[in-house]
Amino acid sequence: MIEKDPITGVETTGHVWDDNIQEFHNPLPRWWLWTFYATVVFAIIYWVIYPSWPVGSTFIKGINTITYQTDAGEEVTSHWNTRALLARDMQTGKSAMAQKAYLNEIAATSYDDIAKDADKLAFVESYGNGVFGEYCAACHQSGAGGVVGEYPNLIDDDWLWGGAPHEIETTLKIGRIGFMPAYEETFNDAQLTQVANYVLSMSGEKSDPALAAAGEEIFHGQTGGCHYCHTNEGTGLKSQGAANLTDKIWTIADVRGAETDEQRLERVKSVIHNGVNRVMPAWSSRLSDTEIKVLTAYLLNKRAGGQ
Amino acid sequence: MKLKHEIFETNIGLLIIFTMIAISIGGLVEITPLFYINDTVEDVRRADGTQAVRPYTPLEQRGRDIYTREGCYNCHSQMIRPFRDEALRYGHYSLAAESQYDHPFQWGSKRTGPDLARVGGKYSDTWHVKHLVRPKSVVPESIMPNYPWLLENDLDYSDIQARMEALKKVGVPYSLTQEEYDSNVKQFGKAVADKLDITRADENLVSEAQDNNRDGIPSRITEMDALVAYLQMLGTLIDFKAHDEHEFIKAR
Repeated sequence: MIEKDPITGVETTGHVWDDNIQEFHNPLPRWWLWTFYATVVFAIIYWVIYPSWPVGSTFIKGINTITYQTDAGEEVTSHWNTRALLARDMQTGKSAMAQKAYLNEIAATSYDDIAKDADKLAFVESYGNGVFGEYCAACHQSGAGGVVGEYPNLIDDDWLWGGAPHEIETTLKIGRIGFMPAYEETFNDAQLTQVANYVLSMSGEKSDPALAAAGEEIFHGQTGGCHYCHTNEGTGLKSQGAANLTDKIWTIADVRGAETDEQRLERVKSVIHNGVNRVMPAWSSRLSDTEIKVLTAYLLNKRAGGQ
Repeated sequence: MKLKHEIFETNIGLLIIFTMIAISIGGLVEITPLFYINDTVEDVRRADGTQAVRPYTPLEQRGRDIYTREGCYNCHSQMIRPFRDEALRYGHYSLAAESQYDHPFQWGSKRTGPDLARVGGKYSDTWHVKHLVRPKSVVPESIMPNYPWLLENDLDYSDIQARMEALKKVGVPYSLTQEEYDSNVKQFGKAVADKLDITRADENLVSEAQDNNRDGIPSRITEMDALVAYLQMLGTLIDFKAHDEHEFIKAR
């Protein structure tokens, strides 16, 4: 028997609480009900097309397939799955192909020609910016200016390990360990002061000539042996990543940022005292040769005054 | 009109039981089969036939504990999904095999900071130390908090053996007996098996920390040593260049 609420005439469920509170029977709106049935139908179609139900130690793979290539170039068709989808996207996807075309062109073009070609340079800027931001900026900072004493500046002309394109490529591929021994146990404070004075004198900074002369002897002699890496002229061996001490650029001791002569001397002394131990990671396992070329071109362009 | 669900509406006990049954169906259908499907965890081997993915060394495991303690997972995921944008930024997508010894796993989905699944080897130890002490000192635009105590606290590894035994109970192949050790040698090679030996955990932890001196303080073993050791191995166990992509697709 269908009961109706006497006042509104709406069907009730027959439940009555506290004598007179009744629950109306309002069926779901038709559109809602049909949408619900549609989702059920959708689910069944989905089960047919895509991987779905587990069966024992395997699962129903669905009728949808994806064709991709193995490394050997063999075509393989697999049931639909996100890994195959990614492989296909990387191999034949529209934007992946467009990118690949550019990368192939970069790989086949010399650095000089890249620098002259506005279109290639624009790609280098855009792709290089992403790679640099992801892998390099954490140390060398987003503007590639580095941090004095910690991470080298990449937009000046002073490159410890060499700034020619092939040298930059090598540095990126194999990484670098920048090492200078700590002289805390080799030199006493007087010797530290002498060597520091000599180092300052080499690039024309204010220094005490007498102390510098004593320092020069240590620098070139067996006691210090500094010339092994920094060379007799003080210009530094690139194969060791040794700094050029004769130019005005200071890569580790922040002489430029010092305010007084004492501070300048102290900063140089502290580098000699503590030594240097810096690591640049190797990127050949993460970046392809072409990506390393793009990155090199990106840095060359930055150094040449590009954006 | 009498409706059948009146029986549930008027009996709270039944309502609870049937609600639980209804909501467990989703979990049961989606999760349970993964334990029985053969290809869920890929079998990834090196050229010499040993397993590429190994359990954490004692030092790495302590680093992982600190990672969990500090709530790194609140901002960092460890799960690279199989999409082109993620592949370009983070590298190869994460394999199930790579987190098979994770208890608890750190996949996550919250990326306030970047994904860390393949952060190992990406930055130098010195960078990590500076960055963890004060992230802004190396990345001025960073919003990550400072963790200066990692360098101040000496690492407490007094309970490392108990921790490894606990992990062993949930299936991580750390070894206690000669038999277990031998099986690890077969599975992972001798060098790795030595590090998975619970009875040698303390000396292994100390020597790994001292050999690498990741925190830059040779005289102490700090929490920084452990955390950086963990970060530097993340995502580095499989050499993807030695594998054809096809191999991992087949596993799906």
